[in-house]
Amino acid sequence: MSAPVISVTGLGKRYLLGNTAGGYSRLTEEISDAFARLARRGPGEHVEATSREIWALRDVSLEVGEGEIVGIVGRNGAGKTTLLKLLARITEPTEGRAIITGRVGSLLEVGTGFHPELTGRENVFLNGAILGMRRAEIRSKFDAIIEFAEIERFIDTPVKRYSSGMYVRLAFAVAAFLEPEILFIDEVLSVGDQAFQQRCIGRMSEIAHSGRTIVYVSHNLASVSALCDRAVLIDQGRVVLGGTVEAVLDHYLTSIQLKTGESLEHRQDRDGDGRLRIIRADVVSRDGGPARTGTDAEIRLAFAADVPDRDIGISIAVDGPIGEPVFFCSNRVTGEALNARLAEGELICSIPRLPLLAGRYSLTVHAEVNGVLADWVRNALFFDVFEDDVFGSGQLPPTTHGRVFVDHAWSVRVPDPAHVAG
Amino acid sequence: MSSSHAPSIVIEPRGKFALRPSELWTYRELFLFLIWRDIKVRYKQTALGAAWALLQPLLLMIVFTLFLGQLTGVGPKGVPYPVFTLSALVPWTFFSNALAGSANSVVGSSALVSKIYFPRILIPTAAAASYLIDLVISFIVLLILMAGYGYAPSARIVLLPVFVLYVVAVATGIGLLLSALNVRYRDVRYAVPFLIQFWLFASPVAYQFKVVGSQYRYIFALNPMVAGIEGFRSSVTGIGGVPASVLVISALSALVLVLSGFLYFRRVERTFADII
Repeated sequence: MSAPVISVTGLGKRYLLGNTAGGYSRLTEEISDAFARLARRGPGEHVEATSREIWALRDVSLEVGEGEIVGIVGRNGAGKTTLLKLLARITEPTEGRAIITGRVGSLLEVGTGFHPELTGRENVFLNGAILGMRRAEIRSKFDAIIEFAEIERFIDTPVKRYSSGMYVRLAFAVAAFLEPEILFIDEVLSVGDQAFQQRCIGRMSEIAHSGRTIVYVSHNLASVSALCDRAVLIDQGRVVLGGTVEAVLDHYLTSIQLKTGESLEHRQDRDGDGRLRIIRADVVSRDGGPARTGTDAEIRLAFAADVPDRDIGISIAVDGPIGEPVFFCSNRVTGEALNARLAEGELICSIPRLPLLAGRYSLTVHAEVNGVLADWVRNALFFDVFEDDVFGSGQLPPTTHGRVFVDHAWSVRVPDPAHVAG
Repeated sequence: MSSSHAPSIVIEPRGKFALRPSELWTYRELFLFLIWRDIKVRYKQTALGAAWALLQPLLLMIVFTLFLGQLTGVGPKGVPYPVFTLSALVPWTFFSNALAGSANSVVGSSALVSKIYFPRILIPTAAAASYLIDLVISFIVLLILMAGYGYAPSARIVLLPVFVLYVVAVATGIGLLLSALNVRYRDVRYAVPFLIQFWLFASPVAYQFKVVGSQYRYIFALNPMVAGIEGFRSSVTGIGGVPASVLVISALSALVLVLSGFLYFRRVERTFADII
């Protein structure tokens, strides 16, 4: 590793729940709290450690060398963004220190400081200045920015009249031309449509390969794996593992899978009002055996409903081994009404000729009742798809290119001799 | 640590957030951009646009002239009352706008504060500075009014920049204090309009200093705007008559307020992102 340009030792950040972390306070609350603190003051140190404190980050040490691209991964609320906010000097650590050598740019959100009343052109200059670019620098990149955002025609229109897609494209375009020595990026690649995201990732890897140091936080493991040389896994505010991207992602995915080993019924990391809960999920072949490439499969979701009710909207999303999206199914898409008036039952999604190659996949489930989110569990299930001699040819479909199995057939068409002559 | 020549940034708890002039200098363009944004946004989609800059002091001048100008002793003898009061309303209007603008500026920029680093002090100072353009416009109106009355500017006008700077400093200093308090206590937002109203009556804008009873004189002098308004008025119109002791107390009070505003802001700015 080359000389570290970012050197972090024992960094920690404590938030106080209640009035500080929960936002601003009123003067009267502050005064009554002060009295409460006085009253509580007694012998012993433990008085300080009230349950209202939470360490968002604790004892984090790491080094990043010049030109390295490091991905920070971890679950929601693990402390990834807090780490980035500390490094970007947005907030101050409670303990420890970090030393950063070089010109820093940070990108925690695209379009920071965009003002709806100002035109696209004006916002490019304002946003650029906020991100730390000089006016001359912005001017020299202006045409490239506008071209990247594809909004030439609307450059003198106030951004409040932009569609959300145009807004995000312009915002990202400014950020994409930010070229400091050290760049902190948080999740911003997950904006815009698929095609634009591809271009963003392309642009990022261009920047990355021009020798800049990048610390990149993302949920999207596929982009971490595509961009980064090294990764750091954070869980509950602590560094669990640092190393090569492969090793860290592997460990992270295993830890998620272990976590999801506990029964779906008892998982707490779910959203929704719970009127309907998915208590078991299985991906099997139609005859009940293991799921195999190219054979008819069923996704079976056992549910328990508090109120046996009407109109269920159920969606499933299947992701590949590093979290890359593979496919999505929903009865909202097929237009089939599901009116289970049962307190318990099973929702079945039939998939003819399962189009997944052998490998490990994860299943996210999302259920609505009467249009209200009832249950949403990310990575509710990890399941394996086994290889199969789909075509009865003695050849297994290779798993080296992509994740998807496509049923297909070959033939030869004999050309019409008249046409060949002509 | 590194062979790079770039300066190292040290991030640690309660780190020395000493004001680094070199850092402020690197952010000078952002400061100008923020001022430019505030001016641009303020008058966008307003029917009257920049006319608001002169309407405020002019309307107050008319009201004061109609209701107070007729009374003897409110204004000095031999000076047209409209000139007397407008020469105070020009700095006053700047002061009250700059104060209100900067008091709400940090909270109004919460998206910026929680997403990106730059010296926070730029936000309230740029908000206050953006009203300088209004000050210039209303000052021109004052000169026109004086010309209409055939009232020549005083030779002391050379001192005017000093008092303009003084008023800017007072407005910014107190604006810093209020903007930082506002992050923690949103009560400030509701208190500011009341504070300004009260402050107007406590300042020699519509009346001359003589009106104040001698027993209240030194309490009155604690108002930093006494020196600002009297100084401004006196350098433009030559109308004076305030004891030096009162001006000195007022200026000292300004110094204390501005310094404490600045220091308080520096002390709490590092926590803005956590509580905004």
